[in-house]
Amino acid sequence: MNKLRLSDYIILAVLLLIGFICLVPILNAIAISLSDKTAAAMGEVVFLPKKFNTSAYEEIVKEGRFFHAFGVSIRRVLLGVSIGTALSVVMAYPLSKSPRVFRQRNAYMWLMVFTMLFNGGLIPTYLVVKNLGLINTIWSLVLPGAVSVYNTIILMNFNKGIPPSLEESALIDGANPLQILVRIYIPLAKASIATIALFTMVYHWNEFFMGKIYINTLDQQPLQTYIQGLSVTLTTQQMASMTPEEIIRKLAVSNVTFNSAKAIVSMIPVIIVYPFLQRFFVTGLVMGAVKE
Amino acid sequence: MRSVKNEIYYNAMMVIGIGFLLVFSIIPMFGVIIAFKDFVPAKGMLGSAWVGLKHFNRMFALAETRNVIRNTLVIAISKIVLNIIVPVSFAILLNELKVYPVKRVVQTVVYLPHFLSWVILGIMFTNIFSYTGIVNQILGKFGVPPQMYMISNSSFRGIIIGTDVWKTFGYGAIIYLAAITNIDPNTYEAAAIDGAGRWQRIWFVTLPSIQGTIVLMSTLALGNVLNAGFDQIFTMYSPLVYPTGDIIDTYVYRMGITKMQYSFSTAVGLFKSGISFLLITLSYTLANKFADYTIF
Repeated sequence: MNKLRLSDYIILAVLLLIGFICLVPILNAIAISLSDKTAAAMGEVVFLPKKFNTSAYEEIVKEGRFFHAFGVSIRRVLLGVSIGTALSVVMAYPLSKSPRVFRQRNAYMWLMVFTMLFNGGLIPTYLVVKNLGLINTIWSLVLPGAVSVYNTIILMNFNKGIPPSLEESALIDGANPLQILVRIYIPLAKASIATIALFTMVYHWNEFFMGKIYINTLDQQPLQTYIQGLSVTLTTQQMASMTPEEIIRKLAVSNVTFNSAKAIVSMIPVIIVYPFLQRFFVTGLVMGAVKE
Repeated sequence: MRSVKNEIYYNAMMVIGIGFLLVFSIIPMFGVIIAFKDFVPAKGMLGSAWVGLKHFNRMFALAETRNVIRNTLVIAISKIVLNIIVPVSFAILLNELKVYPVKRVVQTVVYLPHFLSWVILGIMFTNIFSYTGIVNQILGKFGVPPQMYMISNSSFRGIIIGTDVWKTFGYGAIIYLAAITNIDPNTYEAAAIDGAGRWQRIWFVTLPSIQGTIVLMSTLALGNVLNAGFDQIFTMYSPLVYPTGDIIDTYVYRMGITKMQYSFSTAVGLFKSGISFLLITLSYTLANKFADYTIF
């Protein structure tokens, strides 16, 4: 039964190849970031750095802008994760009650699901954020997406699995729902709460679009927005007036090693939490997708 | 045990979160009225003049918009189809792997891209598909002349679809792997005793066992028919590939933010949201009817 046959070796090889393909862009970017500028621009770098040097990383440190944006992103993550997770935890508990115990439950639920299905769109949402005076503040990155209906539903489904007898005895002893949430539900749901906190963290770290539309001052820009703005942008008019050779040259001028180094450094926080994420997300995803 | 006192607590717990949703999700929904007006910021939303369906008529009259809708459908539907076929095949293949340490390593590696942002991946793929990137280096060895794939209308869609599959197939496979894990090992043993080979086991045991999950995921994917992936295309496209790569979401962004055609942009966005709403509702209804799936 345990003897490996030829087909087992083929499967092994194919899967190793697939795994490798998943790493190609990252390995390539690491190699480029550690290569000489000209060698990288000439296309001599695949997976090994050419003329190894760390000047791209030194430039990042010297430039300052990168780490400033890094700091904005860290602040955004801290605020976003604490507010977002707290709201999901607090809302998931009453929503896990049946409508017999909590009569307004389904009305809230429909409202929440409706916001998942339909949205006002770019301009109307922008106008609300603007009228609240949040433009160019960190709050414009944190508050509009503060309530994650999806995460709340995941937690709610977890709460539903907690035996009601635990809560009933506490209610008889005179505990109020807030005490029950803090003393019974939160300790039992720790792993699920950690899962949604990690997902919220990755979301806030990776999100760039809010930073693009709600932030106009450079010193409030989060990291991903800053990096996104680096790519060379050519307008149609510019491109129409250029020969293909000129376009190639213009695009090559964009600093390949520098940008690759920035991409690599900005990945680091996600790589750090990835082992924890991996431990939790299988259960988290299955919880959310397959329900009894 | 219903008690009014507890209900007060429950409502109080909902208040802040619902407040956020009202402000940032529900109020903007009323803002869609500017799709039926000529919105001028100085006049405000209510003060701007009504123009009926003017922006919608213009939308359907413009060849540009029709092209954007076509691009969206082509890219989104290709992604939906491949993002079912590839994860299912991968999950089955991984299940056939008997070298467990390798299995764990492969899983760790293939889930990773899901957690990286398109901004970062955009930089990496621009490197790879650039004039001097890996793809041209490899193809050059076979005598293929170098090309700028990222700004070529013949390859852009392929890159978008391919890199999206690359990013999501591993994570997408988790649900099928979970379904495969639930298959009773006795079924495989019985099949093996009856003389079924590897392919027969896959075809007659594994696939039928995860059929329900495949149907469910396909049904839920229906809601994404107009979602071609804003973040990805926004970070990878350029004016040269608008003919094949411009989608509804990027078009709405450019019209609204760059060209400041607020009402027109909102009309296009509303068209998309409206159809998506119907599609998602339909997909949930189908999923509920045929797979007992409920969102809450």
